[in-house]
Amino acid sequence: MKRLFCLLLYVWCSIASAHKPSDSYLTLTIDSNRVSGRWDIALRDLDFAIGLDNNGDSAITWGELRSKAAELSQYAFSRLKLNDANTACSHRETNLMIDEHTDGKYVVLIFESDCSLAPIGKLGVDYRLFAKLDPQHRGLLKLNQNNISKTAVLVPGEAARIFEISSGKQSGAELLDFISEGVRHIWIGFDHILFLFSLLIPSVMVYQWPRWRPAPSFKDALRDVVNVVTAFTLAHSITLSAAVLGYVELPSRWVESVIAVSVVLAALNNLIPLFTAKRALLAFAFGLIHGFGFAGVLAGLDLEDHSKLWSLLGFNLGVEIGQIALVLVFLPIAYKLSRYRFYQAVVLKSCSIGIAGLACVWVLERAFEISVRI
Amino acid sequence: MKMMMLLIITGLILQSPCARTEPYTPASDTEILERLPVAAHGKQTLQELRSKLTRQPDDYRLALNLARAYITSGRTYSDPRFYGYAEAVLTPWLTRPYNRPDALVLRATILQNRHDFQAALADLNSALKLNPRLPQAWLTQAAIYEVQGDYPAALRSCMALARYSASSSAAACIHSSLSLSGQAQSSYQQLTAIVSDQGNPEELTWTYTLLAELAERLSLEQDAESWYRKALGQQQRSVYLLTSYADFLLDRNRCGEVVELLAKESQADALLLRLTLAEQRLRLKSFNGHRDLIQDRIAAAKARGDTVHQGDEARFNLYVLNNAQTALELAARNWLVQKEPRDARILLEAALAAKQPEAALPVIRFIEQTRLEDARLSPLLQTARG
Repeated sequence: MKRLFCLLLYVWCSIASAHKPSDSYLTLTIDSNRVSGRWDIALRDLDFAIGLDNNGDSAITWGELRSKAAELSQYAFSRLKLNDANTACSHRETNLMIDEHTDGKYVVLIFESDCSLAPIGKLGVDYRLFAKLDPQHRGLLKLNQNNISKTAVLVPGEAARIFEISSGKQSGAELLDFISEGVRHIWIGFDHILFLFSLLIPSVMVYQWPRWRPAPSFKDALRDVVNVVTAFTLAHSITLSAAVLGYVELPSRWVESVIAVSVVLAALNNLIPLFTAKRALLAFAFGLIHGFGFAGVLAGLDLEDHSKLWSLLGFNLGVEIGQIALVLVFLPIAYKLSRYRFYQAVVLKSCSIGIAGLACVWVLERAFEISVRI
Repeated sequence: MKMMMLLIITGLILQSPCARTEPYTPASDTEILERLPVAAHGKQTLQELRSKLTRQPDDYRLALNLARAYITSGRTYSDPRFYGYAEAVLTPWLTRPYNRPDALVLRATILQNRHDFQAALADLNSALKLNPRLPQAWLTQAAIYEVQGDYPAALRSCMALARYSASSSAAACIHSSLSLSGQAQSSYQQLTAIVSDQGNPEELTWTYTLLAELAERLSLEQDAESWYRKALGQQQRSVYLLTSYADFLLDRNRCGEVVELLAKESQADALLLRLTLAEQRLRLKSFNGHRDLIQDRIAAAKARGDTVHQGDEARFNLYVLNNAQTALELAARNWLVQKEPRDARILLEAALAAKQPEAALPVIRFIEQTRLEDARLSPLLQTARG
């Protein structure tokens, strides 16, 4: 009866189990016909399966673990079978180490597998670890190949999973995807375009107090444009990389608000010039913030760690291509128009006022989360 | 030159101390890698039962006992691994041609713990069809209906429980579901009259926790405090009790006490979150480490495809990461699965913080329908209706 009570009562306390359930982490990296693997299995789980605590003091030492190394590896690898089409891959264990995960220490098994002679086309993974001990155990697989990685959750006891291994082509296709994503972002990311425009409009002019005059030659204008664009590119590449690789994180509301402020300032600078020759510096300083804005797009795509660098490169390339296309269209037209008097009054002044006004609305919307109807 | 300086400064700012751990080889054989969670003698009992069962795999009673022992450990430590072990022990008895109601009821409690409520209810129904004289099955059923917010169904299960068991648990079950459907005041009075100081400490812990939460809903602060103290005084480890009491303290900004209560509780996610919230308000250094740990755990659960922590994850997003939009999405998804007062609360709070009071409409309708009374929800409801 007492036992009945114990159970009776606890059902009420239906807070979900608060610990992490049992997982193992399996990373397979495929290189032609060879698979190199790393398999992290929780010491607690292994203790339950084969008993690691030899002296029964409820603590597992490195010595105890080492004395069971052969049994451990036999236990684990008899429950993980890799095959290429129907040929089983051989396995060779190279190292036994330790690592820490969020719920404690794990043994790390490092191994190599040789499959058939030809490059692997389909990799079969038959995972049965702890199938009979804990049906809730899962193997979290990360499959790496040519800088692309995919993930899968392996359920012990279910039929073997087959993964299609693509040849190198797909990574090219993926790169193209990210390039076009970058180009698209420059074109639909209106704030980036307006920021660049505000800095470029006066590129075809030189400021001589108290007014702007047409630049003496196309070469001068071009040099100015190159400076501004290079500074902007350099800056946003730095912060984009840093953010995507996880070194820095900034709240997106703050980033978006400062981007809007940067547009206002860049436009106002054309009306009340403070930075005239040094617009490249302005482009660099605010470019840093725009980089965080770009990173927000990539973050939304939920990238795998291993494909991050690749996508970063592609996305950045795309952004540059978009920018260059913009400049190539803009510069000749602006240069031509700047030879007429109305350029300063109509284009420089009115456009800058318009841009500053629009960006002010953005600042309000983004910083104070008000929606302004225009 | 200036450009160079800027680059260098940026580089310095971007340097971050976050380093990933790499696998290593311990230097000495005596290095302790892991301490196992179950106290020595508890583990021994489990091991004895387990090896007995290995020798006599056809002993149904033995299998049930072992499964119960695992479930009890799972509850004490709030550790899902034990529930997994219990499930493995039960599995052979749940395939045809066996029709074992006790095994079904035990599996239902495992499923309930995973918040797989539909599957749990299905198991309970099958078990009760085979044998309606199963108090445990009726109580589990009532508990699930209560979490799902189906209070009339919970009451029916409690009534059935009362028919087969004269224990005070049946009375507590009935008053618990009544208290959630518009009769909080009278349920509280009746339950206070029934409760005694004597009895099974486990049962007392449960009843006192129930009373504490009820008093809190009725905004009887002093009463709640003394019920919580009595529950803690039973010295029965209960993650649920600690969670509720920590929330009670956080609501009263008694963060120092939360830190004291939970200082060593970084394993259980629910408790770690409360600890982190207290550390955040006290601006303690340990806050950063705990925040990162929670983020890592959320990532680990996501990798597995787990979604049982959406309520707490919403709270983490709302108060620690200041991300109201994500919090709202999580809280709304959580509300589809479970509807306890704390689930209602986080959805209301997230909806208000995200300035989308209309997202709290399901909660408002639910409370109008069920007549749920909760002092903590009233001001939020008023603002949301505003």
